[in-house]
Amino acid sequence: MKKELRIVSPNGHLGFAPTKEGSFKIAAATKPDYYCADSGSDDIGPTALGSDRSVSMYNWQKHDLELMLLAAREQGVPMIIGSAGDTGANSRVDMYVQIIKDLAKEHNLPPFKIGYFYSEVEKEFLKNQMQNDVKIEGLDSRNDLTLEELENTKRIVAVAGVHPFIKALDLGADVVIGGRSSDVAVFAAPAIREGFPEANAYYLGKVLECASFCAEPYGAKESIIGTITHEDVKATAMHPDQRCTIASVAGHAMYERSNPYFEYFAGGMLDMTDCHYEQYDEKTCRITGYKYKPIEGKVKVKLEGAGLIGEKFIGIAGVRDPYTIENIDTVIKFVEDQVAQEFAGVEYSLNLKVFGKNGVMGDLEPVKEIKSHELAIVIEGITRDKVTAEELTLFATRQVFYCKLPEVKGTAGTAAYLIDDVLYAGQSYKWTLNHVIPVENALDLFDVRVEEVTSEQKNKVLN
Amino acid sequence: MAVEYLKDLAKTVRSKNAGTDRITFDIIFNNQENYNKVCSSNVITRESMAKLFNVSSDRITDFVQYNPANAIKFTISRLTPSGSPGDGDIFGSQQYAPLLDIEIPV
Repeated sequence: MKKELRIVSPNGHLGFAPTKEGSFKIAAATKPDYYCADSGSDDIGPTALGSDRSVSMYNWQKHDLELMLLAAREQGVPMIIGSAGDTGANSRVDMYVQIIKDLAKEHNLPPFKIGYFYSEVEKEFLKNQMQNDVKIEGLDSRNDLTLEELENTKRIVAVAGVHPFIKALDLGADVVIGGRSSDVAVFAAPAIREGFPEANAYYLGKVLECASFCAEPYGAKESIIGTITHEDVKATAMHPDQRCTIASVAGHAMYERSNPYFEYFAGGMLDMTDCHYEQYDEKTCRITGYKYKPIEGKVKVKLEGAGLIGEKFIGIAGVRDPYTIENIDTVIKFVEDQVAQEFAGVEYSLNLKVFGKNGVMGDLEPVKEIKSHELAIVIEGITRDKVTAEELTLFATRQVFYCKLPEVKGTAGTAAYLIDDVLYAGQSYKWTLNHVIPVENALDLFDVRVEEVTSEQKNKVLN
Repeated sequence: MAVEYLKDLAKTVRSKNAGTDRITFDIIFNNQENYNKVCSSNVITRESMAKLFNVSSDRITDFVQYNPANAIKFTISRLTPSGSPGDGDIFGSQQYAPLLDIEIPV
């Protein structure tokens, strides 16, 4: 049994912005055991999943995959990607598998095996489950899933734990492209498969998931290396100016989580209540004291779902008149009232965001009195059909122009326009599912496949 | 009594989504001294944070003084999930600003 395993994490969200090559090359030169990266997030909002696209540029994703693939293939070690293409939807997995095949051809790589798994879950399957009294439990104070909410959903992905990654590796995969996955699973899977304690493996995943976000000073997209042994986990910064310190690593454990002590994933939970951090060397923090608590009863798999709200347009209006700025709430109300009259009977969503007042924070904004000498109003209009959405948004944007407050001296128009029409902003979605479903087997929702990739592109399905 | 601002005492003050339905706030100190100073001042509590952000205290789902990281962490539930119509901060990453000027008596 190996005494230690070293995993490179080059990028906390592969492709979202390109990986920095300098620290990656320093990491690669140390000959790690695995190259692993998470490529997705629910941070990007529901629209990418709903409309089945990525939010990152194809070239950036290819760039990052190329860096990892060439290093991994040259050194003969596995490469693992989770949540392919931002959402982990099936089309994103197919896209990443194709990129890997294209890269193999471009670089004339010797044959290797690619494993991949799909994460999408059919609505019909969930409907059947619900009709058989399976409770699809809401997370984060959400109610249990209803048939109506399910009907309003366009696309659903299940969030994989370590299981499909381990299966792909067991089937001999040299490269694994995962559908939607828990961030920690991407790194924990190879460590668990190689016999390291689950607690250490999941903590390794926790600390590596965002790459250099757990190092200081702040610098995104830089590589770090996580080292797991049977006794501890160590995180080492690769950029010459970055360090993994007690503060940076302990601080990272709580990043993007409601609570700093617990990390949940399919199959269990990592308890970080008694974590102990120490400075191991200048660039390395050593961590011990985490505990793995397997779930009692059936494994629960998280589901993410996005439902279509409608077609969205955006209008932009600038305001410079001081009296109008002082009375901006009256202007907003005027516009809302005009739209309500004009579009009576139409189901729509209209949101006027006043940047310079509370555009960023909305109701959470504590500053009530503003001193801005100019304001931007961004008008978001959404309805089911595109023509009405454009009409709604254009009408609202024009109403800003026509809102005449009695004391205003200028009478030629209340708004400054960058453009005199409105911009199509694509379809608008909402997160409809943030739930968990119990399963008999942790692999149930994930379809794992393995193929051989040759640079001649004569791919043979092996499984 | 003299005061110090949180932005001068803390090393990191940030906000970010915690899943689709919540925004979490991290206040991380460089050393235990500043961390203890702020904790013992009792200025940052579940109630004071609810007041600062104009939310009822039951919308603060978690409030933790996290000793291993010298950090205070709390989480606010969103009224609608991230990226819903009208959301001005899909990543939840610019909601921390009101924390910077909190005055800590010293």
